[in-house]
Amino acid sequence: MLRFLPALTLLAMLGPVVAGLWGTALPALGHLPAAGLTGPSLDPFWDLFNWAGLGTAVRLSVMVGLVATSVSLTIVVFITAGWSGTRSFHILERMLSPLLSVPHAAAAFGLAFLIAPSGWISRLLSPAFTGWDRPPDLLIVQDPLGLAMIAGLVIKEVPFLLLMTIAAMGQAQPRRSLLVAQSLGYGRLTGWLKTVFPRVYTQIRLPVYVVIAYSMSIVDVAVILGPSTPPTLSVQIVKWMSDPDLSMRLTGAAAALLQLALVIGALGFWWCGERIVARLGHQWIISGRRGQFDPSIRIFALGLGSISGAAILFGLAGLAVWSFAAFWSFPNILPDGFTLRTWARHGPDAFATLGETFLVAGIAVLLALALVLGCLEAEHRSGRGLTLRGLWLLYLPLLVPQTAFLPGLQTLLLNLGADVGRLPVIFAHLVFVLPYVFLSLGDPWRSWDSRYATVASALGARPWIVFWQVRVPMLLRPILTATAVGIAVSVGQYLATLLIGGGRVSTLTTEAVALASGGDRRAIGVYGLMQTLAALVPFTLALIIPTVLWRNRRGLHE
Amino acid sequence: MKHFAFIAALVAPTFLLANPSPSDWEAVTSEASGQTVYWNAWGGSTTTNDFLAWVGGRVLEDYGVVLEHVKLTDTAAAVTRVLSEKQAGEDDDGAIDMIWINGSNFAAMKDADLLFGPFAEQMPNWALVDADGKTVQTDFTVPVEGFESPWAMAQVVFVHNTATMPDSIGSMDALLEWAQANPGRFSYPQPPDFLGTTFLKQALVDILDDPSELQAAATDENYGPVTAPLWVYLDALTPHLWRAGRAYPATGTAMFPLIADGELDLSISFSPGAASTAIANFELPDTVRTFVLEKGTIGNASFVAIPYNSGSTAGAMVVANFLMSPEAQARAQDPNILGYGTVLNMDALTDNDRSKFDALELGIATLSPAELGSVQAEPHPSWMTRIADDWANRYGTGQ
Amino acid sequence: MNKGLILRKVCILRAGIPLIEVDYAIAAGEILTVMGPSGVGKSTLLAYLTGTLATTFTGMGQVLLDGLDITKYPPHARRIGILFQDDLLFPHMSVGTNLAFGMPPGGSKASRLAQIEEALSDVGMAGFADRDPGTLSGGQKARVALVRMLLSNPRALLLDEAFSRLDAELRAQVRDLVFQTAKKRALPVLMVTHDIEDAQDAGGTIIKLKSLSKG
Repeated sequence: MLRFLPALTLLAMLGPVVAGLWGTALPALGHLPAAGLTGPSLDPFWDLFNWAGLGTAVRLSVMVGLVATSVSLTIVVFITAGWSGTRSFHILERMLSPLLSVPHAAAAFGLAFLIAPSGWISRLLSPAFTGWDRPPDLLIVQDPLGLAMIAGLVIKEVPFLLLMTIAAMGQAQPRRSLLVAQSLGYGRLTGWLKTVFPRVYTQIRLPVYVVIAYSMSIVDVAVILGPSTPPTLSVQIVKWMSDPDLSMRLTGAAAALLQLALVIGALGFWWCGERIVARLGHQWIISGRRGQFDPSIRIFALGLGSISGAAILFGLAGLAVWSFAAFWSFPNILPDGFTLRTWARHGPDAFATLGETFLVAGIAVLLALALVLGCLEAEHRSGRGLTLRGLWLLYLPLLVPQTAFLPGLQTLLLNLGADVGRLPVIFAHLVFVLPYVFLSLGDPWRSWDSRYATVASALGARPWIVFWQVRVPMLLRPILTATAVGIAVSVGQYLATLLIGGGRVSTLTTEAVALASGGDRRAIGVYGLMQTLAALVPFTLALIIPTVLWRNRRGLHE
Repeated sequence: MKHFAFIAALVAPTFLLANPSPSDWEAVTSEASGQTVYWNAWGGSTTTNDFLAWVGGRVLEDYGVVLEHVKLTDTAAAVTRVLSEKQAGEDDDGAIDMIWINGSNFAAMKDADLLFGPFAEQMPNWALVDADGKTVQTDFTVPVEGFESPWAMAQVVFVHNTATMPDSIGSMDALLEWAQANPGRFSYPQPPDFLGTTFLKQALVDILDDPSELQAAATDENYGPVTAPLWVYLDALTPHLWRAGRAYPATGTAMFPLIADGELDLSISFSPGAASTAIANFELPDTVRTFVLEKGTIGNASFVAIPYNSGSTAGAMVVANFLMSPEAQARAQDPNILGYGTVLNMDALTDNDRSKFDALELGIATLSPAELGSVQAEPHPSWMTRIADDWANRYGTGQ
Repeated sequence: MNKGLILRKVCILRAGIPLIEVDYAIAAGEILTVMGPSGVGKSTLLAYLTGTLATTFTGMGQVLLDGLDITKYPPHARRIGILFQDDLLFPHMSVGTNLAFGMPPGGSKASRLAQIEEALSDVGMAGFADRDPGTLSGGQKARVALVRMLLSNPRALLLDEAFSRLDAELRAQVRDLVFQTAKKRALPVLMVTHDIEDAQDAGGTIIKLKSLSKG
């Protein structure tokens, strides 16, 4: 049984991706029999290339993806280089970890309210410093360059990459290398970059690729913060895919394949960039320079990291204030009054939706845990670890743009006659939940001292006894953390819920994004907060449960 | 292919028989009990969402029908869904049982035989509907023929904040002059949002000396010359829009916060009572008022339609009929709830029912029926489709 | 008479190259000491005996315990106890539960608890059953680990640098306790160590492993 689990896991993870791509490729080549269209034909691509907004949309997707990733990575690398091992770093790590679970849409809503011309920052400075008694007519959110969108992605990707980097450093023994470098007269930052970074980067390369692919194809953040004249390619794909004119679906499918090609191209571009940076870095190492600008870069990086964290926190605070606000106009820093009306109106619905959200997330995560624990146990018993190729397969669902395969998957599911609703949505969520649960649990699971297993079996315990009575309880903390990660991933899913659910499954994220178009900031505040809570509460529980359960077991708190 | 034609031949006749027949209303209500109706409707307006939730509670209470509001960002998504289901051969129990549908989507679905019916005119509450006085038998000039049932009247009104813009405006040309003098203080939702395209139609109808040509389908010959003044108008207006026309609000309600913060002085709405409702919900300042143009403004009815492959047609009809009831109509017209215009004929109501409407306070920003003035007819949907496409190419794809 | 642990032509290979070879019969109550530089594969030999050899290695030869060929047995059926240099007490269980985990099933709860209490007092730790292993001193942990292993009724005992983490004084104490218990129970013992004192104290045969593969 156990030995089929890895294959089953791969199927659950990659099956929908491959099937979805197939379902996209057919209409892209003009094949949509039910609409009376049979391919192959290249017309969908001609229609796509004739769309006036294509150049801008493509440029937007690529620029947003590459810039957001470069900026996030730079911030993370300089913070880690300049501060790892210090108190400030520890504080920043503590602050950023919970932010990892804040759904992208909620963070984007919060940011929009901070930086908009009528936002909190502008209110704080007006009219005293700016002289504005009305918001200035500035194109700050939804700007054509996508700067607001880039900012929205950066504040979410910095925590992600930082935690990935911290995890990777565990294996790189940075302290000793840094000590050696410093004793040779290198500054902290330069020393770290020259001795530790090359090893750390090979560990975080795949997560960086994920950030590129994700930023290029994300829909919900683009809808909230991105431009609309034209929007990013992914948003336009979703629009085409839901156009009542069927031929638009062919264009959408063609655009989805283009999106896939763009992501592959951008990853290739990045890969070349890695080579160039590596070469330059090599020369820099040989040059023997000790790093005279270190102190200022350190301060600057810490400042950016703190701003990125603070942006999410104050954004969420803004959502909270809006959800309780009576009339509140510019330039007042706080509402004229506070009221429970918005919560009374939307609270009951929001809590019902929370139930649905947790139901979908709960089942998806339980399935993922069963598969992942099974795979890891099979790996342990067979003694064969995850190969590099296996790791790539694990990352594959995160690297293929969602807009490329989810619309095709929707069409295929319909063709199979599969009922729409919760079950297909759960399996669609599983595609994204599985890799994250696997990645989050894999390292702690493997770094468990397997001599405990040897001792237990030498005491006569059968393999399943060892698994349930020794390994699982000892690894309770990482298992719960992986559960929380899985729930956060599921809670944040927008496109998978929207397209595969056929509208019948609404989660806090789909509701919140639907509300975004209506612009009711109070309702958005309620749903944004609920969405954040839905992702944060499991993390809090993952911290509290082991602490309470093992309060008298000192050996588990080291 | 042969098989396909054969199956189509088998299935096709069932479309024609509305089953259960709405004429046998008792059979309909008894079949409806216990059914779940998935109503796909735009979910961006919290007041509408609340109203739909109330309807759900009432039909559950009276008829045992479970109503689920599927909140859409764009109604077109529902149409797509039905189309994909037809492709996939899902003909019996599709995901959607009812759609809050607009004129162009109705035209498209009716054309493609994707609708259940006719049902609207056989339902009991149709007798109360003001079929002569209100445009409930054509939708964007397309004959309805009972394939959708009306539930609210909408008319374009302009929403202005009297604190910063005291005077109303009488025509689209006056609007342009005002915008040139007050740059950045007006915007409209980005087409193809229905209110955005409505603004374009409103502009065209008001600019043209004789808009009657818009009542017939657009042709390749007349489209260019007829719409030319609109593009001249928009070219002049766009640089003076909010954000200089480089960004647009997503929907009508998304303009409320912009007015509340003082970013906009003027916007439009397709619901005469929405501004009053928004004031009650703290979304607009109480200095906001509404006005219509001298020549009047475009108006139409809001309809619900039932897809051909709904598995709960009886339940959907019960909901559609309830929407036309005096109870639901009076509630929808209450500015504290929705502020939508009623489709009912006041003379057809009992005194008791009529008093519910008479008791309503319209709200400070809502115009009386007399003030709303004459309603201009919607152009044929073919105009809107082409105008929306052209708009996207000219203003929606950047430079 | 077949009592004891017999390693018959045991040879462990990595990638087809022999790493270590041992051919020796450990009699009941005898202690065989295996010494050699680190990396020579001493622990690998023990892994072969416990049935937990990593897949990168291949083991050849037979292991016989009290006349039974256990070479193909799964780890939990071999009845070979092992002590590592770390105590490896399960940190989520109390001292008493750790011991109960190792005991063969059967008997009433009361009798099992009594047995645990008795075993603890034998090593001077009466009343420790409810303690959190995380709160014990190094010497106490080592003793609990030994008791846990003994309560599982092993037929042979493996020691993998079992005393190397203890300081000098404690080390001698614990070592004496282990050796005496093994002799009293007539267990064959295989000890892997790099400490010559351990080997001398054991007083048995010493095998010095050399790396077979050059490099």
